[in-house]
Amino acid sequence: MRPIIDVVISGWGSYIPIYRLPVEEVARIWGTSADHIKQELLIYEKSVAGIDEDVATIAVEAAKNSLKRSKINPNELGAVFVGTETKPYAVKPTGTIVAEAIGATPKILAADFEFACKAGTECLQCCIALVGSNMIKYGMAIGADVAEGAPADPLEYSAGSGGTAIIVGSKNYEKEPVALLEGSVSYVTDTPDFWRRPKESYPSHAEAFTGDPAYFRHTISAAKLLMEELGLRPSDFKYAIFHQPNGKFPLKAAKILGFTREQVEHGLIVPYIGNLYSGSSMTGFSAILDIAMPGDRILLVSYGSGAGSDAFSFIVQDGIITKRDNAPKVMDYIKKKRKIDYAIYCKIRGKI
Amino acid sequence: MRRVAIISYGMTKVDRHWNKSIKDLFSEATLKAINKVNIPKVDAIFVGNMCASDLCDQNNIGTVVADHLGMIPIPSYRIEAACGSGGAAILSGFMAVSSGLFDIVVVGGVEKLTDGVGKKATFSLGKAADFEYELFYGITFASLNALIMRRYMEVYKVPREAFADFAVLMHRNGAKNPYAQLQFEINRETVLKSEDIADPIKLYDCAPIGDGAAVVILCPLEDASRYSDSFVEIAGIGSATDTIDIASREDLLLLKSILIAANNAYKMAKVSPSDIDLAEIHDAFTIDAALSLEALGFSKRGEFDKLLYDGAFEPDGLIPVNLSGGLKSRGHPVGATGVYQIAEITMQLLGEAGKNQLKNAEIGLAQNMAGVASNSYVTILKRCR
Repeated sequence: MRPIIDVVISGWGSYIPIYRLPVEEVARIWGTSADHIKQELLIYEKSVAGIDEDVATIAVEAAKNSLKRSKINPNELGAVFVGTETKPYAVKPTGTIVAEAIGATPKILAADFEFACKAGTECLQCCIALVGSNMIKYGMAIGADVAEGAPADPLEYSAGSGGTAIIVGSKNYEKEPVALLEGSVSYVTDTPDFWRRPKESYPSHAEAFTGDPAYFRHTISAAKLLMEELGLRPSDFKYAIFHQPNGKFPLKAAKILGFTREQVEHGLIVPYIGNLYSGSSMTGFSAILDIAMPGDRILLVSYGSGAGSDAFSFIVQDGIITKRDNAPKVMDYIKKKRKIDYAIYCKIRGKI
Repeated sequence: MRRVAIISYGMTKVDRHWNKSIKDLFSEATLKAINKVNIPKVDAIFVGNMCASDLCDQNNIGTVVADHLGMIPIPSYRIEAACGSGGAAILSGFMAVSSGLFDIVVVGGVEKLTDGVGKKATFSLGKAADFEYELFYGITFASLNALIMRRYMEVYKVPREAFADFAVLMHRNGAKNPYAQLQFEINRETVLKSEDIADPIKLYDCAPIGDGAAVVILCPLEDASRYSDSFVEIAGIGSATDTIDIASREDLLLLKSILIAANNAYKMAKVSPSDIDLAEIHDAFTIDAALSLEALGFSKRGEFDKLLYDGAFEPDGLIPVNLSGGLKSRGHPVGATGVYQIAEITMQLLGEAGKNQLKNAEIGLAQNMAGVASNSYVTILKRCR
């Protein structure tokens, strides 16, 4: 898919809570092997939202960081979309909270999106469409979650908290574009690999079914489809980011597609903060924008259970240089951490 | 009593068949078997299955598969004997043909474990044990076998590594079997460093969860040459039961049902363990391999590791074991496993086992069991010329 008008990234920003729960702590409680989790899933610790944090606060922090880089007036935003599967309210939009907090109301479209872990890039697709059809000047797409795995479930080691906001705008208006969108695709089937019913606290998943027929089928198909449409090969990209439910899956998907580890590892943040669900691939993308140079081509592939993938190709522009240092980088947040034990984790996440 | 032949076999690869139902799997294996031979009819279907009621929400499996195959109105029903369902189906088919009631029967097994997730599959499989005195209290099959494995290592001073090395051998065999679920080799470290399941059992001591179907076609031996150029005889078959809970057993390390079933099968076939050229045994856990080999008379009690390190179980050893890779590598679609074993022995005796083919195999043995051998089936097949 390509918009009628060229669409560029104007700004980006992330936020990751300070707390970290090491896999050793979860393994200690349930009598499992932390080494096994580290080796098999490539996860060392996960970020945990504080007692006063939720998707709204995370989204606001990420949005503010993206505005610092974009330097636009929030009133220029025509849309704020929040992609999440852990909305603070079942009925009441998070998008309005964010829009109000950043001073973008009232002449703005605001909504929440849900598509498991790909809701964030779904917001991005919609912002691209609105900007690309000239309905709005700028749109803000946010992917954020305070993900939870049930106690003793394998997801408890990995379900993390954090998010990323990306502001896209028309190339006609944006003076300092960060990256130019080359094209995107969405690849969706009805594949029930992971779900959460209303009023349930924790998601259910179909274990091994989440692999080949779900994650790999959709990420690989979306990436192939995009490269076919754009006439590109893996070697044409400097960086590639795949959704990161753990460290193993994105590396395997990349290998199957023919990407090298070097192309993927810079955006691989899951070992240090866990799976940010709707914020996962977008925060990996944010980490790449923190280091990419003009001319670099970047592949971004999300994955959401249920199931589907969005794939995007961007070419980095000169604006990235001047904007990069205006907000904290992903690595800054990864380094700024405070380890907690399982008891504190239970307290701040309301488990006790 | 009529002598009984196996004239054909068919199998699906054991795998996570996400997009296939029990009907699809069973029909695929059955049509493979039927298409190899020139049979005018099928008189009945016996299908081994354990978990469909729990994991596929389907009972009446016999009718389900007969309908899907377009074989209505022939008799068709499910045989359930937990993990021994396949072996029990073979015994039922044998009885039906040897008695003269039916002439040509399809005997198969089918299982789709991947329709059950996590505790659901574990709990369903656990129902092979005593619900009131074992399962109710939270025990699983892995934990039952862990108790026995720890006891075995303590009594016989067998090192932990021996069990890992048996798994290594199974994967070496399975890597060459196109029907195997885990077609890759491992080493000792792979086992010892794998996830704890129930101490001392590690992940790689266990058979994987998988789906599959296997089928053989039986007929009277005297008629076999009319339908096929190559066939084998079911020369001996035995079955026995033991206590449903392991706490009631006098000797935790003697799987009596295997011993009795094997003795009956040897007697019927007029052979002894030393006459057996190859065996497919029920190694759901590596400890099961040790106890099965001992109960079958292939090893003295407590000396499983000595024979293992003497190379006795290797493809060129004294008694080649699980050339298919066994439950450990070929996989363990529980209600189908006993039929897979029979199909694999048949394939060997007919010289159709490809890269795993054993030279000059004349007599093969298959041992299938439920739970910790609360019931067992031992079948001896002889090559026919």
